[in-house]
Parts: sequence; structure tokens; C-alpha cells
Amino acid sequence: MRRAEIITAGLMALLSIYLMYKSTELDIGYVRGEGPGGGFWPFWLAAGMLISCVWIAINWVLRKSPPSQSDEEYLDSYGLRMLLLVGGGVTGFIALCHILGFYGAILVFLIYYIRFLGRHTWPATLAIAIGTPIVTFLFFDIAMRIVLPKGYLEPLFLPLYDFFF
Amino acid sequence: MEVLGLLMDGVFIALDPLNILLMLVGVALGLFIGAMPGLGSVNGVAILLPATFLVPPASAMIFLAAIYYGAMYGGAISSITLGIPGASTAVATTFDGRPLALKGRADLALVTAAIASFVGGSVANILFTLFAPPLASVALDFGDPEIFALMLLAFATFVGLGGDDIPKTLFSIFFGLVMAAVGLDIMTGEPRLIFGDITGFMHGINFLVLAIGIYGIGEMLWTIDTTRGNLTMTEAVLSIDRILQSCKESMRSWKGTAIGSFLGFFVGILPAAGATPGSLMAYGVTKMVSKNPKEFGKGHVGGVAAPEAANNSASTGAMLPMLTLGIPGSPTTAILLGGMVIWGLQPGPLLFQTQTEFVWGLIGSFYISNLFALLVNLAFIPLFIWMLKMPFTILAPMIFVLSVVGGYAATQDMHDVWLMLIFGVGAYLLRKLDYPVAPAVLAIVLGPIAEPKLRQSLLFSNGDPMIFLTRPIAGPITVIAIILILLPLLKLIRDKFKASKAESQA
Repeated sequence: MRRAEIITAGLMALLSIYLMYKSTELDIGYVRGEGPGGGFWPFWLAAGMLISCVWIAINWVLRKSPPSQSDEEYLDSYGLRMLLLVGGGVTGFIALCHILGFYGAILVFLIYYIRFLGRHTWPATLAIAIGTPIVTFLFFDIAMRIVLPKGYLEPLFLPLYDFFF
Repeated sequence: MEVLGLLMDGVFIALDPLNILLMLVGVALGLFIGAMPGLGSVNGVAILLPATFLVPPASAMIFLAAIYYGAMYGGAISSITLGIPGASTAVATTFDGRPLALKGRADLALVTAAIASFVGGSVANILFTLFAPPLASVALDFGDPEIFALMLLAFATFVGLGGDDIPKTLFSIFFGLVMAAVGLDIMTGEPRLIFGDITGFMHGINFLVLAIGIYGIGEMLWTIDTTRGNLTMTEAVLSIDRILQSCKESMRSWKGTAIGSFLGFFVGILPAAGATPGSLMAYGVTKMVSKNPKEFGKGHVGGVAAPEAANNSASTGAMLPMLTLGIPGSPTTAILLGGMVIWGLQPGPLLFQTQTEFVWGLIGSFYISNLFALLVNLAFIPLFIWMLKMPFTILAPMIFVLSVVGGYAATQDMHDVWLMLIFGVGAYLLRKLDYPVAPAVLAIVLGPIAEPKLRQSLLFSNGDPMIFLTRPIAGPITVIAIILILLPLLKLIRDKFKASKAESQA
């Protein structure tokens, strides 16, 4: 934890500096007759982020915050495995949305999670993995008319559109 | 008595068949969301907000408020039967609810929780109805400096009363505000903070992208990491007879219910406090004034009633500043406020004049939802307990799916879905290091409102920041905000002073 605390503070400080730099693309001072410029607000807020990071670093040196005193691992083997399998799974899911569209990606993601991470039976897995995209389709595409991307599976949906619209 | 007439009109609007249906569904969903460990009202409201674009704004708001209420009831179910709080707002309910369940009196605990929640909600509704119209009419005179000062006060409460690490709280607030500034500058229309010239940033970062990222994806990762899949359940024996008998027994806890109802409301109004500290405080006070405080923690009904009354009361309390001033009193109401902006409603005191039907319909729905929540809760307790057996490995992927689809539906741009994932994983990693996430959500909602107020005020005063101190209403508010920000510093100095005094005496 102790090392993670200072590394995070450092990374966040870099982010703050980048945000400050990015804000200077617009006027950060007072423009006569127009009030504060467009960069004024984000610049000083990013400066506030930077000051907070310095403060966190000072607390780290003084060993004041709980994470800066802790010898525990920031991500133990369980946490790391979980992040890779679950976080990685969700990342793959979103990437698949570009290719298979939302409904195909939901099917694949639910099979991956429920069958391979959750170790549930195939019938339960398939019931949920097939039922969820159908309900989602009826709710979003049909009822709310929010058309979710279909990727390369678009042709499969054409008869459905004909049926509903 | 004008208020009574308006309230009757509101109840009438809330009794529209569509609204009744939405309240019933909302309350039931809320109970489920509240009962599920890892999901609370804020998660439910954030993830389901995109689903409400189907119905008119007033009905959408009534639906989301019903979820909010239901979740406050639902949290108790898992606190009592699983021994782990279903939502952070029900932490204090585990202290006495779990021992009661282990003694075989889960039914008494569940019924007491339901009744106390109902009383807490009802008291808060009455207080709300009395306070809201006068507060809104006072706030009508507020200009830009006053509203900015109020926002400053809202953030100051996180620093002074939030109880989290101060620089980390400040970081969270500033981060949310900067994210809100991405997109086109509201006043000049110039593009601002367009990272890597990616066009997706041109339309700004919708608050839902951050809220669903944090409360959908981040929360699931956090729950999987912290619970590691170990849950044990106590069965509750329920029958009509036992429920009636429990009703009688739970009347003995009236003192806890009363304390929770009033304390919860006023704690709920403060943006940084809300239902969780409100219920903990109510538990503490009830224990303090009790004749036999030693029974607390071993299964005292008062220890269940006080926090449950308080968390329901606080959720209504949080609505008060949200509707009258446009300042949310909790993360959940922050998301509701963001929703109102999406629906084209201008939050703030003017709502009471321009959108009377919306406001009073919503207030009317508070009363009815509260009653529905009690009935649905008592009728379906066994069903909710059965649903709690749903393995987390099925619930979690469904939440991920809902988050991704909801994140897309909000803006219909894949760019925002990726951004949501980054925020979700980032929130999980930062939360492990004690960074509070709620202030960032409040900040991204308030940011687009706060910035023009600040710039208008400074333009008005020719760049003199003293405008926030010299105006008659803005002045005192700013002073209180500054005191709150300095509060932790003053405490530190006092402790140092005491320590040195103790040393010199020794």
C-alpha cells in the first residue's frame, strides 16, 4: 500500500500538470469586459488538484494516512487475478461491441462470465446469456428507439426491424 | 393551508395509473437493489437513469425517487439475514439486526425495520412539505454570487464533515469539476480540454459516464474484491401471526424511531453527511438515551428502529436542498439533479413557480411511494430473501451489461463507453487508497452550474472576489463554508495544544 500511495499521488500530480497546461490553451486570466477567460476555471481547479497531490505526498512522508502506514499489498494475488479476469473481461466486452455489436457482445460476455468465471451449469448460463440480449433489444431498440450498434451482425436484425417497424 | 391544496393536487398527479405502476416497479426494484450487497440507491439510480428516457420527466423522477426509497428499506433485509449491509446506509442496522436474527427473531427485526422506515419516511415527508415552499421562496432572491456561495458550502461540508482524508477529498472535488469543464466553454463557445484532439470530448463528459463508471463498474470490482464470495444466510420464519405479533413488539422501539426520524432528516440535508452517518448517529443517540444501553449490540429492537428510521428520513432530507436550491444533499440526489438537467428542467427555486405540477407531483409521490414500500416490503420479504440467494457471479455480469448499455444509451457514443470503463477501473484503484468517490460525482453535476455563476459574479464585480463576502446573503454562507474548510485544521491545532498542555503538566 505504501508504495502504491506515493506512485498514485505522483501519477495524479502529472495528470494535474497536464490539465493545467491544457487549460492554458484558453485565456486563464481576467479579460476586461468579458470576465474571467475560458481557461480560468479549469486552470485553477487543476492547480487545486496538484496542491492536493503535494499534500498527499507530505502526509505520505509523515506517515499520516492509513495507506502510507500499511504493509499490506495494494493488489494481492486475488485482487490482481480478479482485475485481470473481470476488468479484462469487461474491456473485451466493450471491444467486442465494435465488432459483434452490443447484442452479440452481451451473449459472449455473459457466457464467459457465468460459465467460466462463475462455473454455473450450461443450461443456466445459456438461459441468461440468450434472455438478456432479447430483453435488452426489446427495451432499447424497440421501446425506447435507442438503436444500439449491431456491428457485423446488422443483417441478422433486418427481419426484426421489418417486423417491428 | 395553501400547501395542503398543492399537496392534494400533487397526490392526485402521483395517482395517475402510469405513475402508480412506475412507483410499484420502482419500489420493488429499489428493495431488491438495496438488499443486494454491493448495490445501493446510488448504483440503482445511476445505472437505471438512462432507462427512464422512455417516460415523461415527471414520471421518470417519480420512478427514480421510488427506487431511492425502496433501497432504503431493502438495505435492512441483508443487514439482518446476511449480517452484511445491503447498502452502506444500512451498516448500523447490522449492529442489532444480526444478533436478533441469530436469536431466531429475524422476523421481529425485519418488521421493526419496515415500520421504522415507514415512520421515518412519513415524518420526513411532512417536514419536507413544511420546509420546502418557504425555503424555495427565500431562495428566489438569490443571485449568482449567492448560488455560487451555496455550492462552495456544499463542497465545504465534504471537507469539514465528510470524515475522509482531506487532501484526497479535495482532489476528488477538483477532479470532478475539471471533468465537468471538458467540452465547449459555456460562455464563449470555444473548445476546451479536448484531449488528444479526440472529437468525442467536444460534447463534454456527461455526468452519467462518470456516475455509471464509478457506481456500476467500479462498485462491482470493489465488491468482488472485498467480499471474496463469502456470505452466510440466516433463514427468517414468517407468517401472518408472527408479523402481527412482531408489529406489537416493535412498538416498544418508538423512541429509537422518533430519534431516527428527526435526526435523519436534518443530517440528510447536508451534502456530505446523508443517510449513512445519519443512521449511525441515530443509533448512537438512541443507545445513549436508552435506560439499558448495555442491551444494544445484543439484539435490541431500538437498535434496528433508529438507523432504519434515520436512513429513510435522510433520503427525503437530501431532496430538500436538491429541489429548492439546486444543491443535491446526497450522491443519489446529485444524479437525480443531473437527470433533471438532461430532461431540460432548470433545477433551483424557480421550479416551484414554473413547474408546480412536476414539483408537487413528485412530493405527492413521496407519500405514496413510502406507503407502497412498506406494503411491498412486508408482503414480499420471503421473496427478497430468496432472491438474495442469487449468486454474485450472475448478478455482477448483469450489472456490467446494464452499465455498458446504459453508458451508451446516455450519449449514444462508444467513446463515452470507453471513458466510463476508464473511470470505473480508476475509481476502484483510487478507492483502495481511501480516495472518496462521492465528491467527484457531486462535482461533475454541479460544475457546469457553478462555473457560469462564478464568472458572472466576477464580471459583475470587475474581478473582485470580495463580492462573495460583502453581499448580505452570500457573505454569511461563504464565511460558514470557509469555517467548515478550516474546521479540520482548527481541530488539529486544538489537539496539538492539548497535547503540549498535558506534557507540561506531566
